[in-house]
Amino acid sequence: MPSLIHKSSTSLFEKYRREHAWQIREFLFTLKLLSRNPSAVAGFVIITSMVLIALASPLIAPYNPIRISLSERLSPPSLTHLFGTDEMGRDILSRVMYGARISLRIGVLVIAIAGGLGSLIGAVAGYLGGKTDNIIMRVMDVILSFPPLVLAMAMAAALGPNLNNAVIAVAFVMIPKFARMVRGEALAVKEKQFIAAARASGAGNLWIIIHHILPNCFSSVIVLATLILGDTILVAASLSFIGLGAQPPTPEWGAMISVGRKFLMDQWWYPTFPGLFILMTVIGFNIMGDALRDILDPRIRR
Amino acid sequence: MEEILLDISGLSVRFFTYQGIVKALEDVNLIVSKGEILGLVGETGCGKSVLARSVLRLIADPPGKISGGKIFFKGEDILGASKRRLRSIRGNEISMIFQEPMSSLNPVFRVGNQMMEVVMLHQRVGRGEARRVCVDMLSQVKMPDPDAVLSKYPHELSGGMRQRAMIAMELSCRPDLLIADEPTTALDVTVQAQVLTILEELTRQTGVSVLFISHDLGVIAQICERVAVMYAGRIVEISPVRKLFSNPGHPYSRGLLKAVPQVDEERETLNVVPGVVPGLIHPPGGCRFHPRCEEMWEPCSRIVPHPVEIEPGHQVACHLWGSGK
Amino acid sequence: MPDPIIEVRDLLKHFAIHRGFLGRGAESLKAVDGVSFRIQAGETLGLVGESGCGKSTVGLLILNLLRADRGQVLFEGMETTGLEGEELQKIRRRMQVVFQDPQSSLDPRMLIKKIVGCPLEVNGLASGSELVKRVREMLREVGLSEDHVYRYPHEFSGGQRQRIGIARALITGPDFIVFDEPTSALDVSVQAQILNLIRDLQKRKGYSYLFISHDLSVIKHVSHRIAVMYLGKIVEKAPKKDLFAKPLHPYTRALLAALPRPDPEKRHPLAVLEGDVPSPVNVPGGCRFHPRCPEALDRCSTVEPALEEVEPKRWVACHLCAGEKSSESCLRFDASKAGERDAPEVESCRL
Repeated sequence: MPSLIHKSSTSLFEKYRREHAWQIREFLFTLKLLSRNPSAVAGFVIITSMVLIALASPLIAPYNPIRISLSERLSPPSLTHLFGTDEMGRDILSRVMYGARISLRIGVLVIAIAGGLGSLIGAVAGYLGGKTDNIIMRVMDVILSFPPLVLAMAMAAALGPNLNNAVIAVAFVMIPKFARMVRGEALAVKEKQFIAAARASGAGNLWIIIHHILPNCFSSVIVLATLILGDTILVAASLSFIGLGAQPPTPEWGAMISVGRKFLMDQWWYPTFPGLFILMTVIGFNIMGDALRDILDPRIRR
Repeated sequence: MEEILLDISGLSVRFFTYQGIVKALEDVNLIVSKGEILGLVGETGCGKSVLARSVLRLIADPPGKISGGKIFFKGEDILGASKRRLRSIRGNEISMIFQEPMSSLNPVFRVGNQMMEVVMLHQRVGRGEARRVCVDMLSQVKMPDPDAVLSKYPHELSGGMRQRAMIAMELSCRPDLLIADEPTTALDVTVQAQVLTILEELTRQTGVSVLFISHDLGVIAQICERVAVMYAGRIVEISPVRKLFSNPGHPYSRGLLKAVPQVDEERETLNVVPGVVPGLIHPPGGCRFHPRCEEMWEPCSRIVPHPVEIEPGHQVACHLWGSGK
Repeated sequence: MPDPIIEVRDLLKHFAIHRGFLGRGAESLKAVDGVSFRIQAGETLGLVGESGCGKSTVGLLILNLLRADRGQVLFEGMETTGLEGEELQKIRRRMQVVFQDPQSSLDPRMLIKKIVGCPLEVNGLASGSELVKRVREMLREVGLSEDHVYRYPHEFSGGQRQRIGIARALITGPDFIVFDEPTSALDVSVQAQILNLIRDLQKRKGYSYLFISHDLSVIKHVSHRIAVMYLGKIVEKAPKKDLFAKPLHPYTRALLAALPRPDPEKRHPLAVLEGDVPSPVNVPGGCRFHPRCPEALDRCSTVEPALEEVEPKRWVACHLCAGEKSSESCLRFDASKAGERDAPEVESCRL
């Protein structure tokens, strides 16, 4: 028998695969279930298209989105300009494509910030309970009691009207949603015996929150993130619409609709196409989020 | 010869899940006679609950399917019965009580409502008459202050009282067969004592047959007349209760009895049945107990043992006793 | 008499329940209402009682997972009740716990390596490959295979999960372990394996245990001494053999009588007690047990009996046995007659 020198796998990839074998399997199982759900597939197709467009826009956009060509201003959709042109002669199709980049970037950034911060806040509130919980959640309530757009407007106006500030403003508005949800989950997880066991082993509060509470809330956070993503894009677009987000000539969808409003009667194509894209993106994420929530529900999985 | 009330022959139930087909019950044969208390004992995953639910066709389809066998109740084919007929049987001719009375009583309705609903449905009487029947049943289960109990919500009663209310509710229509699925497992031992005493008394008075499912050998020994031992979806031994405890035939039964800590005896180490209960998606071939059996020999892994009668009324499905027919 | 490893003195824990509007009419749940006992090194004290008696709460109090309202817990003579922070963490290494529910006592999203290694990690006792090595050793100790380190809890059966829980409790080399109903959720054959493991570990390593359970037969199998709890108080304390041969407190006797024996030859009328297990919110006055006690005297409803040593090493809180040092004139239950169909003989007491 050949002598086998058994060494534990040293390659990081192998180590990752071994340690997270189950998580990988779960992920693949989720994908499989998703593929059987028609609306999930539809949502997935839409989102993927948007993402691809966003990523590939520098390559596939027919024109430079800020290239002005006054001679071609406000021309209707044609073979040269599939979506027509705006009042500066810029190709709307290219602008819409680049707009996808911006909107998706905003969406992902906002969700990452709000999700990360919100989850942490919620977990701390839920786990520690008592006065801490009360104070934190009341603050969250205050934020939630403002209509999201109004609050975002106020923040953006205070910080200054540009895209980055829009991101901060919208993220701020979304934090309480995550906080609330994760707090609820934390309350449930807190009662489980393994938490008591961890405390009995000498684990401190922070350790427990990071290593026990947050991982157990993960799937709910993902679902919420997907559902909110559409909302986020909408709020960001609205901010730009009222002039507090992206500034011209940035080809952001909301900004385009804002300007294009004036031209709706005679040059219908101007605000319509950006609007359509917002619509499709938000619907896509909503559908995906719904399907994901159903699929990740532990009762349905087994 | 006792009259046969429930005749299960060759029953097989499978669950079709993502991970595979779970062969929950395989070729189960069981007879419950009129007026007897038959115990069904086994550990988690042996299929006793599945068996109980199959009798009333309560198995969710999908993912479960009765893949074979017959169930006859008072000579009537249950598996072929219409939905309407089944509804009139459930709660009326065959009743079932569960382990967790909190989840089988609807928490948003008063106890009285739920009990009277059953009576009115099956006996086609008005509210007043139904109420009278319910009060009567509650006093039979020694419930203090039956009138007050009827207007209470389930969470206002203690566990023991809820279980008694359940028993009263299920026996209110004087069924022929009562299936009790671990009715005392969730109760404290003194409360369990009360519920068991009531159950024994009621079954004596009304002559109802009971299929009593439990994993607790003490409870089984206390109230059952005959016992069937289940393992991994099959019945491995059926016997009058005294003979099972004094002369267990199947190695699993023997192991089980030796593993129970006894209050009246001193045991240095508890006997251990090595290994774990097998998963039922790929159960062991032949006798499903063979991987854990210390007396396993050649045919055990290949051939499914058929029950052999080793004493009158005592059947064992094990190759140590021959292969039977 | 060597010092006990654990001593509990007059432990008390009440939970405030807010009933009524604006917190008025607040009642308290007297979970643990003055409990005292000792555990010697290397011995097992079994704590038995029905739901609501407070036995689990006692366990949590000893481990400092709950803060006691009154009373003291002494570990090797040193008080642990008020400890916090660093000092508490040092003590935690030496007192560990194994919980009841194999489903929820292990984090479903954690590797076994992390679950069992957690006590080492959070106490800074080991890390990296050293940690993995010790986890593997521990898994072997409890009868699991070493390559289970990289698996998740759901891949194991209930019994195996309990073993993992035991491994986690033992990995820091504690002296004292609280077992809170460790086998209640397990099947009989698996329970036997775990109980044997627990006893075996004690014989080899000399651990001291507090074993909490509602199951008298399980308690009998693992304990050296037994304490019976009812509604937050201990009603009887005795060495195992004595308790089962001659139970003194009426509640203990009722518990024994209510237990169905796994032997059809030993059928007996089970129910001796009327009524339900009362709630620790409404504790009866006088002796807590008097409303259900078949032998209650007038005195029992007004005066609460103290836990007294009526015989060497036998403690009972009962007026019927109080003040009597000799075993003659105390109520006796003849356990050997349990097999008869009639109610067992009871010789009544001359007060």
